[in-house]
Amino acid sequence: MKLELRGITKRFGTLVANDSINLTVEAGEIHALLGENGAGKSTLMNVLYGLYTADEGQILLDDKPQDFDGPGDAMAAGIGMVHQHFMLIPVFTVAENVALGNEPTGLLGSMDMAAARNKVLEISERFGFNVDPDALIEDLPVGIQQRVEIIKALSREARVLVLDEPTAVLTPQETDELMEIMRQLAKSGTSIVFITHKLREVKAVADKITVIRLGKVVGTASPDASTNELASMMVGREVELTVQKELSELGPALVEVKNISVLDDRLHRAVDDVSFDVFGGEILAIAGVQGNGQTELAEALVGVRSVIKGAGSIAVKGKDVTSASVRKVLEAGVAFIPEDRKKDGLVPEFTISENFMLNQSFTSRFTKGLNINFPLRKEIATDLVDRFDVRTPSIDTPAGKLSGGNQQKVVVARELARDVEVLIASQPTRGVDVGSIEFIHEQIVSERDRGKAVILISTELDEVLALADRIAVMYRGKIVGIVGPETPRETLGKMMAGVSA
Amino acid sequence: MNPLVEEKVGFKAPIVMASLGFVVILFFGFLGKEGDVAFQLSRRQDVIQLDPIIINAVLLGIVSGALMLLIAVFSTIQAVQNKRTPVWVSAIFGLIGVISLLGWLATGNSVPVAFIAGTALVLAVPIIFGSMAGVMSERVGVTNIAIEGQLLTGAFMAAVVSTITKSYTLGIIFAMSTAAIFSMILATFAIKYLAQQIIVGVVLNVLAIGVTNFLFQQWLKEDGENLNFPGTLDVIRIPVLSDIPILGPVLFENRLTVYFALIAVPLLWFVMFKTKLGLRARAVGEHPLAADTVGINVGRTRFWWVTLGGAMAGLGGAALTIGNAGAFGREMTGGIGFIALAVMILGRWHPITASLAALLFGFSIILRVWANQVSPGIPSDFITMVPYVVTIIAVVGFVGRSRAPKALAQPYVKG
Repeated sequence: MKLELRGITKRFGTLVANDSINLTVEAGEIHALLGENGAGKSTLMNVLYGLYTADEGQILLDDKPQDFDGPGDAMAAGIGMVHQHFMLIPVFTVAENVALGNEPTGLLGSMDMAAARNKVLEISERFGFNVDPDALIEDLPVGIQQRVEIIKALSREARVLVLDEPTAVLTPQETDELMEIMRQLAKSGTSIVFITHKLREVKAVADKITVIRLGKVVGTASPDASTNELASMMVGREVELTVQKELSELGPALVEVKNISVLDDRLHRAVDDVSFDVFGGEILAIAGVQGNGQTELAEALVGVRSVIKGAGSIAVKGKDVTSASVRKVLEAGVAFIPEDRKKDGLVPEFTISENFMLNQSFTSRFTKGLNINFPLRKEIATDLVDRFDVRTPSIDTPAGKLSGGNQQKVVVARELARDVEVLIASQPTRGVDVGSIEFIHEQIVSERDRGKAVILISTELDEVLALADRIAVMYRGKIVGIVGPETPRETLGKMMAGVSA
Repeated sequence: MNPLVEEKVGFKAPIVMASLGFVVILFFGFLGKEGDVAFQLSRRQDVIQLDPIIINAVLLGIVSGALMLLIAVFSTIQAVQNKRTPVWVSAIFGLIGVISLLGWLATGNSVPVAFIAGTALVLAVPIIFGSMAGVMSERVGVTNIAIEGQLLTGAFMAAVVSTITKSYTLGIIFAMSTAAIFSMILATFAIKYLAQQIIVGVVLNVLAIGVTNFLFQQWLKEDGENLNFPGTLDVIRIPVLSDIPILGPVLFENRLTVYFALIAVPLLWFVMFKTKLGLRARAVGEHPLAADTVGINVGRTRFWWVTLGGAMAGLGGAALTIGNAGAFGREMTGGIGFIALAVMILGRWHPITASLAALLFGFSIILRVWANQVSPGIPSDFITMVPYVVTIIAVVGFVGRSRAPKALAQPYVKG
């Protein structure tokens, strides 16, 4: 089915998220929508899917104008969407999720679960998905959950399929498989809109590329355009794609982790018998697909989550901090950049200067007796905003009002403002613009050059390869292996799927 | 993702069971009062007469205590193997405990089994309806602490309309529809105006109490005979079924409101877990955005479930007046709505388990009344305490972690 968007404009208050965007996707075409975080790609697709109403513009399917009042209308018209954050109900089974909203019914209006199951099996077999219709979503790995989303769209006979950042949660192998599925679908006449900010994937699979920047279409490109060309179109200037990094001197082991195991919130063993050392002057990257225990490992290192008693220990600078309180860990010289800045990194309603003092509110630095030393805080905050290039109207602006990149810089500034020996950075550049990514990467490298130990937890293989001195790959709570930075991408990909090197 | 669940079963259940077993064997058995106790299985008017079971109270205490200790041993073995004690085993344990308690209380006297069970059911009915209202509302993600107010509204309307129109049918219809409209206020504020649901609930409770108190004082008291004298529904005996010993009088010789409850609970279970309506409702309560993306109208779904939940609570109110007391009294719900809320959580937002929990509370009410009569020596406060202690033990030891609907109390805003 041919999809055409004409002059779509969507405003949120004074912010123009989409500024008269035109886009045409032919039947059977894989059309990549390339743009930075916050460029307005997801907004555009939510307009297409009927979740948002456009302020101006028109949606045409096979040249017929459409008027969507909600996702139900969009779906009925043949649009299917695989959202970045899956729209699956964790406590329902696969079959229930696929059937939801489109339920086969039998006697007395009861659900015909057999029919729902068969539908899943039929589509699953057609594309070789291998999905169990009776499994609960919460028990499935993210890769399979994504397939459930695709089955969900296909079960409604979607003729236009939108995939919103689908590879963020996949291993390289799973990404390859997904691309194969996309090609297969396109061959059968489905139009595919592939939203991403990853250049390599675009070049691998797209038939046509539209680049969006700051809510506007800045141009189209063909997949044989060079990576540098696409990157500068996306960002609006020349981009340095590699990080400058020199050899550094290895210091003593600053972090020693021995055989720790950690439970997640559902009391499953999320980290299973993990050991590693990190030395001063090196970046140890912990790679792996999201949800393989990295979050719990980071939380255990900082003391937010306790380690299973009896087994294993964590030491910082030779001092035992196993299951110590967060404050003890911080005082031992650890800085922590959490993976979700809005939830764990900042208090969005607090001003920037208030956020700066969060990790030092007990120490005398910002306080004078029982009071806050406001002039000093102002001085420090002004200095940090300046040094870390936080783009903000004032230090009294609520942190939540800043863009993602600037919020993240506030977190980085706060953590690095303290005199620490160890930096744990969890997904430090997730959802951040390219300019801020460059800046944050520089900061991380300069910490390492100053002889500090850095633990970088990242699901982005590009980031891992750009920064790491050693790479530990996690799979299902275990470390599959620790390898050098020269390890080829394919090997790392295999390790991320659990095959040891 | 990791199939290896690390939850340690722990020894809470066996420890609780063993200590209860010791209490029973010691106080009800060895230190118990000497004498016989008769468990009367049949009433005098029943068709099939079963002989009462007469047993020595001390013996009963010792045997029950021993059985309970045996179950505790079984539970310990389970715990060592990191397995949970099955619920039905806990249920048997509880049943034995209750029998020994009844026997001890009525030493030298008799235990009217059918009377106690039947009355427990009748008293539980308003709680059951209240908890169904809670389940219907909270499963779609709207916190409902206005159950108390909805019950009170239903009770008032049932009494007054039945008296004026001399029709119980109209009384029940008005009770249900008024409580439903009352519930619409909660739904509208929660869904349309995104108000804090707890606050709206509290305000609605205060409103219901205030309005019914005012009307009762100003209006019903003046002319109670013509306004607040509905009497109670007729007891309907279902032929044949009501002749079954014990079960017959308990289940099949009741007023209409009890039958309604016996139908409503399985019906709600069926709708909630076996039909598409229920699937959609639960989806809305777990992940409204996901439900929206498959074309389910979140606001509308929530609105109707909350409203129909109100109708359920209205029926529960009717069960209080025309189903039991025979007239409306000032603040006659006396916290039943909040007990219904607790029952809903204890029953993990599930109609069947919530109803069973409601029965426990119904039993606690009748136990207090009856124990006062058979053994006046025992402080009634102590007896009143027993079922609640059992409840707390049940929650801590056996129920495990319960999971509320994920989107509970979160308003859904569309972009």
